[in-house]
Amino acid sequence: MRPVLYVLSFLAVLALGFWAYRENYTTQAALRDVTALQDEIAGIRESLAVQRAEWAYLNRPDRLRDLATLNFDRLGLLPMEPAQFGSAQQVAFPPAPIISNLDIASPQSVSGSLDVAAAEQTP
Amino acid sequence: MTRTPLRPLARILHARSTGENPDSIERENLRLRHEVMRDKARGRAQLRLVVLALCFFSAFTVIGARMGTMAASVPEEPRTASAGTEIEASRADILDRHGRILATNMTTHALYVQTRDLVDPARVAKELAAIFPELDEATLLRRFTDGRSFLWVRKVLSPEQMQKVHEIGDPGLLFGPREMRLYPNGTLAAHVLGGASFGAEGVDSAEVIGTAGLEKFMDQRLRDPAQAGTPLVTSLDLTVQASVEDVLASGITMMNAKGGAAILMDVKTGEILALAAGPTFDPNDRPNNPTSGEPSDSPLFNRAVQGIYELGSTFKIFAAAQAIDLGLVTPETLVDANAPMRYGKFTIKEFENHNYGPMATVADIIAKSSNVGTAHIAMMIGGERQQAFLKSLGLFDASPVELVEAKGAKPLRPTRWPEIVTITAAYGHGVSGSPLNLATAYATIANGGIKVTPTLLKRTEPMKGARVMKKETALMAVSMMRRVVTEGTASLADVPGYAVAGKTGTAEKPKRGGGYDHEKVVNTFASVFPANDPKYVLVVTLDEPVETTGPKPRRTAGWTAVPVAAEIIRRAAPLLGLRPQVEPQPLDGLTAVKQ
Repeated sequence: MRPVLYVLSFLAVLALGFWAYRENYTTQAALRDVTALQDEIAGIRESLAVQRAEWAYLNRPDRLRDLATLNFDRLGLLPMEPAQFGSAQQVAFPPAPIISNLDIASPQSVSGSLDVAAAEQTP
Repeated sequence: MTRTPLRPLARILHARSTGENPDSIERENLRLRHEVMRDKARGRAQLRLVVLALCFFSAFTVIGARMGTMAASVPEEPRTASAGTEIEASRADILDRHGRILATNMTTHALYVQTRDLVDPARVAKELAAIFPELDEATLLRRFTDGRSFLWVRKVLSPEQMQKVHEIGDPGLLFGPREMRLYPNGTLAAHVLGGASFGAEGVDSAEVIGTAGLEKFMDQRLRDPAQAGTPLVTSLDLTVQASVEDVLASGITMMNAKGGAAILMDVKTGEILALAAGPTFDPNDRPNNPTSGEPSDSPLFNRAVQGIYELGSTFKIFAAAQAIDLGLVTPETLVDANAPMRYGKFTIKEFENHNYGPMATVADIIAKSSNVGTAHIAMMIGGERQQAFLKSLGLFDASPVELVEAKGAKPLRPTRWPEIVTITAAYGHGVSGSPLNLATAYATIANGGIKVTPTLLKRTEPMKGARVMKKETALMAVSMMRRVVTEGTASLADVPGYAVAGKTGTAEKPKRGGGYDHEKVVNTFASVFPANDPKYVLVVTLDEPVETTGPKPRRTAGWTAVPVAAEIIRRAAPLLGLRPQVEPQPLDGLTAVKQ
């Protein structure tokens, strides 16, 4: 019995050694991957920061003001004025929906009525 | 294990037969056995000691060796840590209240030279001078060849310049990566942001430190690596700030002023939405601090915070409000306003020798800006109470705003406070403060009498300050200021729909030799809008303005600062989402149901 145990434990040590060897190399590969990824992240973050800075630079109020002035004939933009506030009364009501069983004007209302019919039949 | 008997039979029998004592044999054997046992135990103990010593030795050797390698090795970032903020920029961004960028970082390169590696110093000096016009070829060559081994040439390079330097192709020219502070909006909010420059420089990196304004005040916070990923959110509103700066700059030009300042503040929270000062500068290319002349002539001078001026009649509302708060008068009380008034050897006159007397109501005194009337009100209050009140409004202390310049700009006031000072201080002479101090004091009135602390950082909750005056007093003060606009000195500030209330102030600048310079004035208009439910305070100050469209030059605030302020309100209020209040309309079906 004892020799079997010795052999088994020796084999176990061998297997563990092999496992540790492999783990070591996978870990190192993973670390290399992480380093590469972090470099990539840093690079992307950097270019993001540059893009954000460029966005802010291109949208700076001075430039927008000049562009609005340059393109006045096409856009007609002026600084916002108090008179531009509207009130709820100025908003036009949407046209009243035509409620009529006889006049089915749009395909949407057709499908709607079919749905209603189907719903009535199901129970 | 075989045990040797202590009394071996053969020897006992032999001993008995020879007449010896058999017990001595047993004792002898027992002794021998004990000796063997003792030797064995000692051997084992010695072995254990050696093993233990070995264990300790190896443990301490490992620890020592590890300490040695850690001390000797180059620091390395933990690679397994989760990728996150630690790779982010070293200095936090600064944003406006809606998240638009005011200051950010950009990666660039610095150029340095290892002179030992230079192949042809003369050619390098010549070509560098051609790329960078500010470098001098002779100086460069001298510095390349005077024996030093290392030399910084440029702190930052544009990508194009870097490419050109690459094309020189000399191995002695080297680049170091740099984080550069960038203000994408140029001169916008320059006086708030201040500027940044490089601190300690290394080849691989350089620290960016704030040199003025918010950048310097919040330097620790901005440089804190733990907070590098969270940007600093200010209270400024980029669009409002841009409009205010635009209008102020045109105002300074049109009114022929030396400079000006404008502050727009939320009265509920004390947040400064816009702080502009003119003339301004570009923080990306911050000029050097002036070494000679008046500091106020430099564009770096922040008139809104550092400009300590006598603020003139804008102080009158404080006297009136305090007198009402103490129950001495009401806005309708008649007060002696007979000009000129004699006090000892002093004569107190009105503007252009008017006389608003003999008696005038308190509201009229404010609306007409009567010096004499205010003087009488101040005399009712008395110096002690007046000082305490002005102090409680923060007019005697440097503003606590987050700008490094604010600490040094302490308002000036006389050390002694005789009654004549009480009188002059009531109409803003003899005491000085910055426009920001004034804006804070007006915000306190507009906030229903609860003290407001100004801030440049975004705040979400309303102020929880001490109560300085009763709510009713504050309301009366605002409605008196409304009368200044509707029928008093600030009639040009009547922006339809925004019910502006305010008070003008014109103060002559003190001359160097003493006395006042009649040609040089500081005009201030401090306003609150909308008057029926004050939300914002706007203070506009113009330094040495003169309005020349009339037959003779006009230097009163009503003609200079007030129209500028009105234009700012007209432009900024819609941007703030403030709806103009039109005349009440009859309720129709829709609004009636909505209510």
